[in-house]
Amino acid sequence: MKQKVFSLEEVLDKIKDGQRIMFSDRHGELAADEIIDGMIKKGVKDITAVAITSGQPGMGLGRLVEENRVRRIETSHIGLNPTAINQMFAGKLDVEFIPQGTFAERIRAGGFGLGGVLTPTGIGTMVQEGKQILFLNGREYLLEKPIRADVALLRASKADKAGNLYFRQTNHLCQDYMAMAADLVIAEVEELVEIGELNQELIHVSAPVVDMLYVRKGEKRPMHPNWQRMIDKIKAREAAEA
Amino acid sequence: MTYTGRELIAARCAKFFKDGDFVNLGIGVPLMCTNYLPEGVDLWLEAEIGIVGSGPTPHYTEWDVDIADAGGLPTSLIKGGSIVPHDRSFGFIRGGHIDACVLGTLQVDQEGNIANWMIPGKFAPGMGGAMDLCAGVPRVIVATDHCEKNGASKILKKCTLPLTGAKCVTDIVTERCYFQVTDKGLVLKEIADGYSLDDIRACTEAAFTVADDVGVMG
Repeated sequence: MKQKVFSLEEVLDKIKDGQRIMFSDRHGELAADEIIDGMIKKGVKDITAVAITSGQPGMGLGRLVEENRVRRIETSHIGLNPTAINQMFAGKLDVEFIPQGTFAERIRAGGFGLGGVLTPTGIGTMVQEGKQILFLNGREYLLEKPIRADVALLRASKADKAGNLYFRQTNHLCQDYMAMAADLVIAEVEELVEIGELNQELIHVSAPVVDMLYVRKGEKRPMHPNWQRMIDKIKAREAAEA
Repeated sequence: MTYTGRELIAARCAKFFKDGDFVNLGIGVPLMCTNYLPEGVDLWLEAEIGIVGSGPTPHYTEWDVDIADAGGLPTSLIKGGSIVPHDRSFGFIRGGHIDACVLGTLQVDQEGNIANWMIPGKFAPGMGGAMDLCAGVPRVIVATDHCEKNGASKILKKCTLPLTGAKCVTDIVTERCYFQVTDKGLVLKEIADGYSLDDIRACTEAAFTVADDVGVMG
């Protein structure tokens, strides 16, 4: 079986300046954190990020934005990341806002071999500017083009050594379609198991499309920093009340 | 019980829902609707992150780092709830499977256009999933303060900000009244206790007609 477990250095060797990189994150709680650490240390820059949001300060893609490593971002939302908003208004960060459902379908098209998607989302808004509109079955649709990337950075709850991936609970998110739409698919893995140990009915991304696994060195799934701050506040309030 | 302000908006919006409806509620006043559901009405709440059947925020000792809502905050699932991939979550929205959504707004107008995602040069967080909701959900309920803080009407003849959705709004609920959006324009259906028809006319830029059976909102 092809060897897919790699060191951080071997993974970072494939991540280069100027690449288009997909991040399968939400608001920074589902990032390939140790790989992002490594990217910052290595000095990777001028990347185009493709992600549902731009992360938050100190979390996920937000850290690369803070370090000025992101030149352009294709996303649906940057509202929880004031640094990204400031960079955008200052002209330092090029932002393409994509409706979130369209974001999913454009990447899906990129990974599933489709030439584009026809969607009613964005008709009558500035999202339609410069795009072809088709009138079909009594309704207007926008032709939205596929999105692909050089690298997809995923975060898996479990992987087996063959490269099959499993995502716990809401971590499933966009990871399966992103795994289909990048030339190189890298997963930062919380728990690595032997081949055959994952329930074959619960494999969300199949091994052949995954290229590299990196097993986290730190805590598998630490509490999110922003959740920890919320817990500290609640505890302080409870203590004050008691 | 008599409600006022945002409580009144949420309580009125809650009356639109039927038992078993599959709905998407935005953060803030829209999500407050769940506190005012009529007896016997249980909803399936969608979170765009991929939850069908969102539940309340649990006590922090019960938080699961792998269960987050659309805002990335801790949440739970109700009994019978399910987790789906992100693209399917938007399939529910665009595909017409969601019965209703409630959105806050910056502006809304008499043609049913809504603008809630951008003030050019000042405010641009991104549209998130709002444009998909406008495009795919058959009942788009706008829950909003009637006026800006400076007193300017938020219910306009024509939105001036970039639109989130064109001709998609079906209902507008404010702390002062409820308008239905029809092919012929806005129809004033209900007025909140403490306001007169003249009050509503004075604070509404949009043109509207008054329903024959206009009633008290609550």
